[in-house]
Amino acid sequence: MPKLTIDGIEIEVDPGVTILQAAEKAGSEIPRFCYHERLSIAGNCRMCLVDVEKSPKPVASCAMPVVEGMVVHTKSEKAVKARNGVMEFLLINHPLDCPICDQGGECDLQDQALAFGHDRGRYGEQKRAVKDKYMGPIVSTIMTRCIHCTRCVRFVEEIGGVAEIGATGRGEDTEITTYLEESLKSELSGNVVDLCPVGALTNKPYAFTARSWELRKTETVDVMDAVGSNVRVDTRGREVMRILPRLNESVNEEWLADKSRNACDGLKYQRLDQPYVRRDGKLEPAEWDDAFGAIAEAIDGVSGDMLAALVGDMVDSESTLALKDLMRALGSVNTDCRQDGAVLDPEVRASYLFNTTISGIEEADAILLIGTNPRKEAPILNARIRKRFVAGGVKIGVIGQADDLTYSYDHISDTADALTKIADGSHPFAQVLKDAEYPMLVLGMGALTRSDGKAILAASHAITESTGMVLGNWNGFNVLHTAASRVGALDLGFVPGEGGRDTRAILDGAASGDIKVVYLLGADEIDTSKLRDTFVIYQGHHGDAGAHVADVILPGAAYTEKNGTYVNTEGRTQLGHRAIFPPGDAREDWSIVRALSERLGKTLPYDNIEQVREKLREANPGFEHIDDIVPAVWENFGVAGSIDSTGFTYPVLNYYQTDPISRASKTMAQCTQEFVLGKTEKATGTHG
Amino acid sequence: MSTRNLAKEQPESFAFTADHEARIKGIIAKYPKGYQASAVIPMLDLAQRQEGWVTKPAIDLIAERLGMPVIRVLEVATFYTMFNLHPMGKCHIQVCTSLSCWLRGSNDVVRAFKDKLGVSFGETTSDGAFTVSEVECAGACVNAPVVAVGDEYYEDLNYETMSELIDTLKLGKPPAPGSAVGRQGAEPEGQRSSLTTDPTQPIPKQDLAASMKKFEEAQAGARKPEENA
Repeated sequence: MPKLTIDGIEIEVDPGVTILQAAEKAGSEIPRFCYHERLSIAGNCRMCLVDVEKSPKPVASCAMPVVEGMVVHTKSEKAVKARNGVMEFLLINHPLDCPICDQGGECDLQDQALAFGHDRGRYGEQKRAVKDKYMGPIVSTIMTRCIHCTRCVRFVEEIGGVAEIGATGRGEDTEITTYLEESLKSELSGNVVDLCPVGALTNKPYAFTARSWELRKTETVDVMDAVGSNVRVDTRGREVMRILPRLNESVNEEWLADKSRNACDGLKYQRLDQPYVRRDGKLEPAEWDDAFGAIAEAIDGVSGDMLAALVGDMVDSESTLALKDLMRALGSVNTDCRQDGAVLDPEVRASYLFNTTISGIEEADAILLIGTNPRKEAPILNARIRKRFVAGGVKIGVIGQADDLTYSYDHISDTADALTKIADGSHPFAQVLKDAEYPMLVLGMGALTRSDGKAILAASHAITESTGMVLGNWNGFNVLHTAASRVGALDLGFVPGEGGRDTRAILDGAASGDIKVVYLLGADEIDTSKLRDTFVIYQGHHGDAGAHVADVILPGAAYTEKNGTYVNTEGRTQLGHRAIFPPGDAREDWSIVRALSERLGKTLPYDNIEQVREKLREANPGFEHIDDIVPAVWENFGVAGSIDSTGFTYPVLNYYQTDPISRASKTMAQCTQEFVLGKTEKATGTHG
Repeated sequence: MSTRNLAKEQPESFAFTADHEARIKGIIAKYPKGYQASAVIPMLDLAQRQEGWVTKPAIDLIAERLGMPVIRVLEVATFYTMFNLHPMGKCHIQVCTSLSCWLRGSNDVVRAFKDKLGVSFGETTSDGAFTVSEVECAGACVNAPVVAVGDEYYEDLNYETMSELIDTLKLGKPPAPGSAVGRQGAEPEGQRSSLTTDPTQPIPKQDLAASMKKFEEAQAGARKPEENA
């Protein structure tokens, strides 16, 4: 292990470490633009120059490996002078338009110019001007500001897996562009905005709406998919201005998927901000009291087996628990959280978790994807699989429709019956899994929502057993959820009780008249046409499918407007925090259920969120471990049966619109136009 | 030089000729497996030789053939100024106007183009026969001023010889490349000034011992003043 001295501090680091990394360890921060710890080293910005003794010239510390006995000065006169020079060169062409630049206030170049820049320029000539490039509905470009660090180029190629950005031309005429200015076809494209050290790539929907210092920052978790990405919600007044990722190595590293980042404008539209009651076939605004009165009237005399409740995909665990408690108090066991009809059973926790964990993917050496398209269902998780793929030495097999997953894989079969072949070992991929030290499989909702889902679950269990996927601390059985609320609701047992109806039976019952009252808690992804003749209570934040058939609408809070507990697909319990207050008369969801219970004479035993959380922990001790995972015990599950030889239907066909928030979002509508429907609406004058 | 972009008007399609296909096979085979992308420059060059310029369909085809993202091929094509991204005349004349050529009269050569062809740099004659471009140092300063016609260099030009050269090119009968004043390669004009002895004769043997003694004496003499001081 080489020993070296950095700014007078002797430090021992692993061989192959760069000076910049060693300096960070020694506590000296070196300024940089192009270097990023998750991207390959480019060494082209030269901002990280340091003074190395016995070296004739300043050295780019990001690209120079440490050598035994090196003596490095990061703050010597020579180093600082070198950086001053680099900064002066960078500012030759960089426009001084910080006052109108969206990056202003959170700009690396601005900050470092303060430390290393001169108070005036010595360059009297014309600055370079570069035409802006079109990069799609998420990324806005002001290319004159580009300093050619190539972080975006490296990100889309290495992490995003779609090499679509490049640097054309050379020298001063280098321009960062996508091929022929096509839009950036990646679900992670928004991250280039975070990576850009200057204001060249900025957040298009957020453009010119706020300055970074006027925003209030709230750390919370994302609910657009089941990954539970850690996010920071930036608000001004009562408006969510933007959402940024927060570092969490175990979940999203520092990336965020486009929907999670840019669907936030959907929080402003189609909102339910006051209760509604349907009178003479028309929804009319009402007071809370009227709404509760209408519900009480409808429920009066309806027996428990004629009541049903469904929990949607973005509901926090507190509300789920409150609704479950209310339904049980009303004598109903017709409760379900599996809107899509997935055959997940809360009995065995390991049967519905992503047991390997997201960071565990990096250890896997054989991955079998069954009926899932992680790129669309969980782009962040897909980025992990790609990270593992890029590291090399992993074999990936896919059962299901072939699609560009940003890494190459063996396409085993389109149809589900290949599972049986792998389970009995007659397919060569079974041997691959057996030979692997850390094999894993990922079961998607495309597989579990089929009518033969239980058999698929059993076959996957068999594969898990026969290929030795569960060994010691390693559990290679994984379920990839698409709903943020799902694992939490399963943990709370929000499934049909003894003799209760599941989602399909509830809808069928409603259509046939056996179910009189249906309580939809943010449940929109169901066939609402079956609910026409039923009394529907819709509690949620958006006027989406569920609200359209509702007889009473109770306005709830979106995920940014309430404190809530969410359990991600790994079984990681995370707390979401309120960034803004819900609009109008809308309230936090658990409190609505609590208030309603009082009106119905079944008062629930909690008055504040702490008491609800106490009950959560009672219902499932897993809720005690915030930000942590309790490994699930491996048991038997699934019901063996025959598997149809039909292909899988993936649950997420249009990544950009999967829930009420993203369906209300203009940005997501633009993305759908552009990436799903393929109709490009280019701004005039940006092409050619 | 300014920003280089693909031409706005592009042909529908591009395909390599059978002859070029055979060469491409050989080019790709030169590189180890997994490093086929190294063939991108020779392939772009072949595409340019075939069409006179690098077209968008050619870039797409090469990217597909080498399993590269298209943007990577575009990066290469726009990086090297020797790849022409716009339609060219049949005969591409590249005139060096860098320092050495300019000192030796490249302005006259340029004037010859303007007079004879009526085009300035970057322009193509209306009949599509000639494109004239200005290039940085062609690397033949000793024979300045220099122009490159296709792959050939014509050297030691002046207004008259350049005009003649254009005439012969117009007739499609270009003279042999090289010096217009009859120099052999980069030899000096007229009499040789160096390497005048017969190189086939053996080099006279040197008396190393005598040389060493002379050197030591000189060294001793040089050190003396220091010792005195």
